[in-house]
Amino acid sequence: MPTFVFLWTDIFIFSLLLALLLYAFRAARSVALRAAWSSVARTPSAMCAAVVLLAFMLVGVLDSIHYRPLLPAPPGAAAGAPPVYAPVLRSALDDLLSASALSRPEKTYSAPLAIRQFTKETELIDGKPVRDFPRLKHAGRNVDADSERGADILRLGLRGLGAGALLSLAAALLLTVFHFRRAQTPAQAWLAWWRGVGGIPWRPMWITFSLLALVACGAGALGLNYHVLGTDRTGNDVLWQALKSVRTAWAIGTLTTVAMLPPALIFGISAGYFKGRVDDVIQYIYTTLTSIPGVLLIAACVLMMQVYIDNNPGLFSTVTARADLRLFLLCLILGLTGWSGLCRLLRAETLKLRELEYVQAARAFGVGHWRIMRRHLLPNVMHIVLITMVLEFSGLVLYEAVLSYLGIGVDPSTNSFGSMIDAARMEMSRDPMIWWNLMAAFVFMLALVLSANIFADAVQDAFDPRARKFRPRLTRTVAPAPDSPAPSVTARSQ
Amino acid sequence: MTRYILRRLLYGVLVLLGVNLLTFVLFFAVNTPDDMARLSIGGQRVSQTAIEKWKAERGYDKPLFFNTEAQGKAAWTDTIFYDRSVPLLRFDFGFSDEGRDIGHEISKRMGPSLALAIPTFVLGLAVCVVFALLLVFFKGTPLDFSGVVICVVLLSISGLFYIIAGQWLFAKALRWVPYSGFIDGWGSLRFLALPVLVGILSRMGGEARFYRTLFLEEMGKDYVRTARAKGLSERIVLFRHVLRNALLPILTGTVSAIPLLFMGSLISESFFGIPGLGSYTIDAINAQDFSIVRAMVFLGSALYIVGLILADISYTLADPRIRFE
Repeated sequence: MPTFVFLWTDIFIFSLLLALLLYAFRAARSVALRAAWSSVARTPSAMCAAVVLLAFMLVGVLDSIHYRPLLPAPPGAAAGAPPVYAPVLRSALDDLLSASALSRPEKTYSAPLAIRQFTKETELIDGKPVRDFPRLKHAGRNVDADSERGADILRLGLRGLGAGALLSLAAALLLTVFHFRRAQTPAQAWLAWWRGVGGIPWRPMWITFSLLALVACGAGALGLNYHVLGTDRTGNDVLWQALKSVRTAWAIGTLTTVAMLPPALIFGISAGYFKGRVDDVIQYIYTTLTSIPGVLLIAACVLMMQVYIDNNPGLFSTVTARADLRLFLLCLILGLTGWSGLCRLLRAETLKLRELEYVQAARAFGVGHWRIMRRHLLPNVMHIVLITMVLEFSGLVLYEAVLSYLGIGVDPSTNSFGSMIDAARMEMSRDPMIWWNLMAAFVFMLALVLSANIFADAVQDAFDPRARKFRPRLTRTVAPAPDSPAPSVTARSQ
Repeated sequence: MTRYILRRLLYGVLVLLGVNLLTFVLFFAVNTPDDMARLSIGGQRVSQTAIEKWKAERGYDKPLFFNTEAQGKAAWTDTIFYDRSVPLLRFDFGFSDEGRDIGHEISKRMGPSLALAIPTFVLGLAVCVVFALLLVFFKGTPLDFSGVVICVVLLSISGLFYIIAGQWLFAKALRWVPYSGFIDGWGSLRFLALPVLVGILSRMGGEARFYRTLFLEEMGKDYVRTARAKGLSERIVLFRHVLRNALLPILTGTVSAIPLLFMGSLISESFFGIPGLGSYTIDAINAQDFSIVRAMVFLGSALYIVGLILADISYTLADPRIRFE
C-alpha cells in the first residue's frame, strides 16, 4: 500500500473541485444563477470550449493524486521493519502513462514518431566504430527495419482512431439514451439532441468530444510504441511534459485568483461602504502597490521566497514537495501583488450599491456594518468576482510563461509551459531545426488559453448584460421551408 | 487647477515614500545584508571577515532602521534605510553592487529603450484603432465575425511565441532582418523593425477588441442616430462623428502609459539584444543586484505617478465638463 501525499496545490485543487460542486448545487437552486448559467449553456462555442476545458481539467486532477510507492523490503530486513517508501512522488497520471513510451526517457533529441535519435553518435558495431543515428531504446521496439516504420505507425494509428471512433459512438448512444425520456422512438431521441431541441447545443459538443477522443486515442495508441511528439534535449518525452504542464497551468490560473480574493473583497467592499478615511487609506495602499512595476515586485518576492526555501531544506521530504511549495507560494505572491484591479472594481460597485434602498433600509433597521457587508453587499458583487476569475485565468497561464522565462517562475523541476518554452527557445535557430518542443507547448497552450477565453466571454455575457450587446453575430437567415429539418442556423462567435 | 496638480504631486510623493518603505522591507529585512554578501561573494563557506568587508565597502554595515549607538537625530539618519532612501527621493541612485553608477547607466540605456518603445506604442495604437474601426464599419458581416475570431486567437497566443516565430520567419527563413542587436543612429532601423512588428502584433488582439467595444458603445448614442436621421452616409457618421468622440477616451486612457515607456520592455529587449532599461532590469534580477532593482522599482513608480497625473490633466483638457475640486 503506497502512502498518499497531499501537496499544497493538491489540497487546493481538490478543495476547488469541492467548491465547484457546492457552487453547482447552489446555482441549481437559485433562479438568477440558473438563468445566467443556462445562457452560458446555450452558447455553442462556450460549450465546446467547456468540453476541451473539462478534458484538461481531468488531466490536471489525475496528475494531482500523488503518492509514494512502497519499495520492496530489502533482502535482510526484519519482519517488523517499518515500510520504506520511494523518495520520488508519482501521480495517477504517471501510472496511466506508464504503459506507453511516454514516461521512458531516451538519451537526447528525437523527432516525433522517429525510431532513431536526432543526432549522430559513434557506436561500436563488431568492434568497429560506426558513426550513425542510433536506434531509440523505447520507440519502435518491434520494428526491425526503417522501412517498416510507416506500416507500423499506420497500423497503430488506425487502431487508435478506431478506438476513438468507438468512444465517440458510445457518447452518441449515451446522449440518445439520455434524451429517450422525451421521445418515443430512438430515432426521435437521436434527432432531439442532434437538433439541440432543449436549447443546449449537444451536437457541437459531441463533435468536439469526438475530435478530442480521436486525437487522444490516436496519440495514445501511437504512444504505446513511439514518442508521439518527439523528445527534448535530455530525452524526456515532449507529450508527457506537455501533459504534466497542464496541472501547473491550472494551479497558477485558479489559485492566484483565489489568493487575491480575500484582500480584494475585504478592502474593496469596506472602501466602498465606509468611504471617507478608510477609503483614503485603502486607495493609498493599492495605488502604492500598483505603482511598483509588477514584474519587479514579483521578482523581489520570489527571490525572497527562494532564500527561505534554500535556508530550510529540511522541511521537504521529496524534491516534488519543494517544487510544489514554490509553485504554491508563487501563486500566493501573484495573488497578493495583483489584487488591486479587482479591488478597484469592487469598490466602485459597492459605492453604487450602498446608496440603494435595500442597503439604506437595512441601515435604518439598525443592522450592523459587518452584517450589511456580508449579507447585502457581498452577494451582489459576486458576479464581478466570478467574471474576474474566469477572465484572469487565461492571462495568468500566459503570464506564467513569461515569468518562467525571466527565471522567477516555477521551480526548474516543475513541468510548465513556461519552462518548456524557455528550454526550447534556442532550438529554432539550430540547423536542422528542432520544432517539436515549441510546437507542443504552443498547441497545448493555445488550446487551453483559447478555450478558456471563449468560455470566459460567454460567462461575461451571461453575468454582465452590458457586454452582450457588443458580441459579433453571424446570422445566416435560412428561409424556413415547411419541410426543412433545420429550424434555424445561428452560429455565434466566442 | 494648479492647486489640484500640486495636491496630486504631494500625494505622489507620499506614494513614493510608501513604495520606498515597502521595497526596503522586501529587500533588506527579509534578505539580510549578510545573505546578500554571501550571495554576491558566492559559495556557502564565506568567512565572516569577508562578509564584513563586503558590507563595509557598500555601506551595509549599519543597522537597518534605528541606530542605538548614535545620538539624537543621527539615530535615525545613520542607518541603511536613511542612506538608501533619501538619495532615491532626489533621483540619485548611487552605485550598483558591482560598483557602477546606476544613474549613468540609466541615462545611457534610456535611448535604446525609447527607440523601441515609442514606435511600438504609436504604431500599435494606430494599427489597433484602424483595425477596430474596420470591424465596426463591417459590423454584422462575416468580416466583423472573423476579425473578432482573429482577435481572440491572437490574444490566446503567448507573446514569447510571437518573438520566437518572428525571429525564425524573418531572420532565419527569409533573412530580411538580423536576429538581434542594436546600433546607434538610423542604422538601428534594421534591428528595430522586427521587435516593433512583434510588439504591435502581440498587443493587437486584446486592444483591437477593446476599442471595437468602445466604438460600438459610442454608436448606440443619440447623436449618432441624429446624424443618421439627417441622411449622412454610414462612412461619414463613422469617421467624422464616432471616431472623433471615441478617440478622446482612448487617447486620454493611453496617456498614463506614456511615461512608463521609459522603462522599456523586459521580454522584447532581452530577446532582441537591445541594451535598454528592460534588459538592464532583467540582468539585475538574474544577478540579484538589489541596488539596481530598487532603483528601477523607484523609477517605475515615479513614472507611473507622473502618468496618473498626466492622465488626469488630459481628461480636463479633452472634456471641459470634468472639473477638479
